[in-house]
Amino acid sequence: MAAQSNNPPLLEVKNLRVEFPTRRGTLLAVDDVSFDIAPGEVLGVVGESGAGKSLTGNAIIGLLEPPGRIAGGEVRLEGRRIDNLPYEEMRKVRGARIGAIFQDPLTSLNPLYSVGRQLVETIQTHLSLSARAARARALDLLKEVGIPGAETRIDHYPHQFSGGMRQRVVIALALCAGPRLIVADEPTTALDVSIQAQIIALLKRLCRDHGTAVMLVTHDMGVIAETADRVAVMYAGRLAEIGPVRDVIKHAQHPYTKGLMGSIPSLGVRTDRLTQIDGAMPRLTEIPPGCAFNPRCAFVGKRCLVERPDLMSAGTSRAACWLHANGGVGAPIVKETVDA
Amino acid sequence: MPDGPMTGGARNFIEIHGLKRHFDVSAPWLVRQIEGKPRQIVQAVDGIDIAIAKGETFSLVGESGCGKSTVARLVVGLYPPTAGTIEFDGNDMAAKRSRTDMAALRRRMQMIFQDPFASLNPRWRVFDIIAEPIRAFGLSSGKADLEKRVGELLRQVRLTPADGRKFPHEFSGGQRQRISIARALASQPEFLVCDEPTSALDVSVQAQILNLMVDLQRRYGLTYLFISHNLAVVYHISTRVGVMYLGRLVEVAPTETLFRRPKHPYTRMLLDTIPDLDMTGRQRAPVAGEVPSPLDPPSGCSFHPRCPFANERCKVERPEALPIDGGTVACHAIEEGRLAVEERSYFAR
Repeated sequence: MAAQSNNPPLLEVKNLRVEFPTRRGTLLAVDDVSFDIAPGEVLGVVGESGAGKSLTGNAIIGLLEPPGRIAGGEVRLEGRRIDNLPYEEMRKVRGARIGAIFQDPLTSLNPLYSVGRQLVETIQTHLSLSARAARARALDLLKEVGIPGAETRIDHYPHQFSGGMRQRVVIALALCAGPRLIVADEPTTALDVSIQAQIIALLKRLCRDHGTAVMLVTHDMGVIAETADRVAVMYAGRLAEIGPVRDVIKHAQHPYTKGLMGSIPSLGVRTDRLTQIDGAMPRLTEIPPGCAFNPRCAFVGKRCLVERPDLMSAGTSRAACWLHANGGVGAPIVKETVDA
Repeated sequence: MPDGPMTGGARNFIEIHGLKRHFDVSAPWLVRQIEGKPRQIVQAVDGIDIAIAKGETFSLVGESGCGKSTVARLVVGLYPPTAGTIEFDGNDMAAKRSRTDMAALRRRMQMIFQDPFASLNPRWRVFDIIAEPIRAFGLSSGKADLEKRVGELLRQVRLTPADGRKFPHEFSGGQRQRISIARALASQPEFLVCDEPTSALDVSVQAQILNLMVDLQRRYGLTYLFISHNLAVVYHISTRVGVMYLGRLVEVAPTETLFRRPKHPYTRMLLDTIPDLDMTGRQRAPVAGEVPSPLDPPSGCSFHPRCPFANERCKVERPEALPIDGGTVACHAIEEGRLAVEERSYFAR
């Protein structure tokens, strides 16, 4: 964890738990997740569908879809708790202090209002500016996110923009009030690769210029690799590993991360077969006791079946794996036979 | 080979010549009359030549809207072509023939779709889904034989015969894609058209499916036409690759050549955009511009508005595909030698 001294983290998430009450019992979708983000840092959050990465993001911006709810832990932004704020209070934080970018730009924009009107409305909600000043700021933002002919485009409606241009508008919306943190949930998944590169470059440049921190939620390791400073890998609602992006990619410490990296086809070496993790991530109703990854793990030991590992230091990263207990001494090297 | 497209060397199993497919997307007649608008035609596929040898994997890559899925659908006969011919193992697919002869041809090609949630009938049990092609083509001699075959197919895709009693919703995305593959294999095809078979899947599941496809290809000598927008996946699985832009093939080359020595400016641009895990922190050169609307494609070379090497000739004259370095490239700059071919290196992870 970052030092609690003179450089406090911008965002602190501690033991966050998100649960969904259902008829068949309560499902724990995010289970005891802790991490923090420093000012200006880009934290990538990766995982496969259902790993809880989007829910973690939504919990932070206070947009959990009911019946989902935060069941424990706390979220602090600049030292102030924001997970238990009343709805109206949270609305002021959201937008002003935290911006959000979602996967589908079309659903983030109101089709009935011109983009200029939406930008002006958001700006005036959070900043006390006159209509004229707000419009000028909206125009500046559109220019900054690289919309050609911003002077005329400001009065156009979302359907008149292409997918990439819409996502630029959404980024402008997120930046309206100069937030300290942007939660970007799969911002490039709906876009073509060439547009994806443009959007990633834009997001990186803007955040560097404004000193905005980003929590980048995506399943695309490539996007993380070239954008993030640190990366958190989620599996079955838990953090499997967190560390500097290069170390996690090149020297993964958790067997799941290792398998995940190996399963991504790589340019340059044509292998006959990709590394394959057999099986699939367990459903939330069927998470095994101990380490959630134990049924698929090649290094599973007796302890993995009964006791859940916490994040422990592993190289330059931190991994939730018993292989790294006692500094790696207690590692079960040989796969022990497990009776199913 | 007289004037046919280039292939990997072996006899051509699939030969596509001058394939075109245009879609009429005009407003209704009355609206056109009132507003004085002309007809609008999308040239989704605008004259492409492909030859695929038996046992190879030919991939088509391109951004959305470039017409790659339309090619897949044309090849299996889901759309009739506007112009051009498709020959499958020497048979012209458009030729008139009897129902039984057509069925015999159709049996030999199958398709795997992108969305494993939409391509399986939710009301059918998995057994019936997989048994359907066997029944339709009359390939089984009785109930016991049918059960045996479906069981074998399920085992081949690493499921169990007992899974046949379940419904599609009881399976995960990856398992459903396995069911789609089992169904495609049920008629013992020789040629599989795979339209983005792994794009809806997570990477670890994608690896399982790609490995399975490679295993099956080796065991049955299958030929694949593989459609994808993911260049890393294409690099991994293909023998040869065709790059599409706005309904045309801009470059075709053996996989290694295409990735090491890309020639067409669009191919280079696409390769530049791959977020590569090994280049952590690297700056990608983002390319300006977006794919133009296929309703109103640019004149000459359709890539010229985005191309840094375009000149007057590119704006007026459509480039022809010319053979080079074991493949073909449709680019004036390459043809005139204005644009040098550079070697690219990648680092093994």
